[in-house]
Amino acid sequence: MKLTKIFYLIKEGVKSIFTHGFMSFACVLVILACLLIMGNFALLSLNIDHNIKQLESQNEILAFVDENLSLEDAKAIGPRLRTLDNVLDVQFVTREEAMESFISKYDDEEMFSDLTPGTFRNRYLVFLEDLSRMETTRDDIEQVEGIAEVSASLEVSRGFILVRNVVTIVSVALILILFVISIFIMQNTIKLATFSRREEIAIMKMVGAGNAFIRWPFIIQGLVLGMLGGVIAFLLQMGIYEVLTRRIAASSLAMMVEVLPFNTLMYPLLGVFLGLGLLVGTFGSSIAIRNYLKV
Amino acid sequence: MVHLSDVSMTYKAGTHAADHLSMDIQDGEFVFLVGQSGSGKTTIIKLLTGEVRADEGEIEVNGFDLRTIRRRNLPALRRTLGVIFQDFRLISNKTVYENVAFAMHVIGASRHEIRERVPYVLKLVGLEGREKRLPQELSGGEQQRVAIARALVNSPSLIIADEPTGNLDPARSLELMLLLHKINELGTTVLVVTHEKELVNAFSKRVITLEEGRVASDGTGGYYGHEAD
Repeated sequence: MKLTKIFYLIKEGVKSIFTHGFMSFACVLVILACLLIMGNFALLSLNIDHNIKQLESQNEILAFVDENLSLEDAKAIGPRLRTLDNVLDVQFVTREEAMESFISKYDDEEMFSDLTPGTFRNRYLVFLEDLSRMETTRDDIEQVEGIAEVSASLEVSRGFILVRNVVTIVSVALILILFVISIFIMQNTIKLATFSRREEIAIMKMVGAGNAFIRWPFIIQGLVLGMLGGVIAFLLQMGIYEVLTRRIAASSLAMMVEVLPFNTLMYPLLGVFLGLGLLVGTFGSSIAIRNYLKV
Repeated sequence: MVHLSDVSMTYKAGTHAADHLSMDIQDGEFVFLVGQSGSGKTTIIKLLTGEVRADEGEIEVNGFDLRTIRRRNLPALRRTLGVIFQDFRLISNKTVYENVAFAMHVIGASRHEIRERVPYVLKLVGLEGREKRLPQELSGGEQQRVAIARALVNSPSLIIADEPTGNLDPARSLELMLLLHKINELGTTVLVVTHEKELVNAFSKRVITLEEGRVASDGTGGYYGHEAD
């Protein structure tokens, strides 16, 4: 294709955004609305998932050390536990610390005044990378020399896994449904915009324009509008997220939930918004004009 | 050159638009194709421009065999034609200059060629000074002259005009016909489809009359003898 022709097609594509201003505005608005709805839901799902993971990480395994071992020998088990598969971190708790922790859970501390550290065992708190593998990890810990007994809340971990799985499945399903609906709405808006120009396309065909010559300005128009919709949606999403984050931080919810900082989500979100905007804009336009090219 | 031999074409609804129709138009000719509504005039245009395909028979236009032509080769055929319609079919958001230049962009003409050719053609059709106007700012006659300029700009070997005077008053119609006559004298073959009896009879040209999809009469310097509908 000649350079003059390429420049002409680009110019025509950009120009038609302004000459069909209302339809362009409608397309951007629809792309924007669909991306925002999907974006808000995706961010909500990510935050729910993050908070469940946080809760999961607090569900540790208790590994009690053999009572016959000295404090030094008991502390020496730590590095061996760390090398086990699926172990994220281990924390050694002495008999004294265990006793203090036990007493602090009750209001009437005097009731335990006769209690001595000897009642308790030295222990390790073992934190896991993946809660679903708790049972296997528990078995591995039991095999470590110097560990007398292991206590793991398998039921609790199964509950967490169930909740997380349900949230993931529901989120993915809803995002997919929203995605399909968005594509449908966006494509129909573009189709409507193209329908108003079918006469123009028929004239182009009659003067001998090939399909590529007709299609490219539409694709360029779709590309620019899609990109514009994506960028505006991203900026609005950023604003909404920042406002909500600040509100949550200032409320009592801040004690219970941890909001993911926007800068950790920024680039993937921008990529998804731009990608979807471009995809829908370009493919939407090229599919929409397909019917009018068969003249 | 146009060659139709034993062409038949029936629409899906069952209308026989062309019934074993044959005709030849040589290079440089000026031909009126006349007939009442439903006689098959518009179908002939659609067949010649590749908009519809014949069920049987041979059709050749400017060296293109329309029986075997592939869809992707239709633009190449259409670039050898200049088509003018009753309703002008101009792009409303493009200026007069842009509407004409557009046809040159389609064939990949350079900016220099466009700058030279478009003003020349606009001058030829008497639209000098109207370059920056939008179609809706022009009279019907002027709009039709823009359509002629667009049809003419790529120097086609055949101009097909489908009821070009249908939306014009008698004076403008005559003016337009004289312009087409002038274009024909410059060497372009012209086929005018019309049912305007007086206009046809004002010129001593070849007249092909269609009736129910068949050629009823064909004569040089002929008259349109049927009542216009």
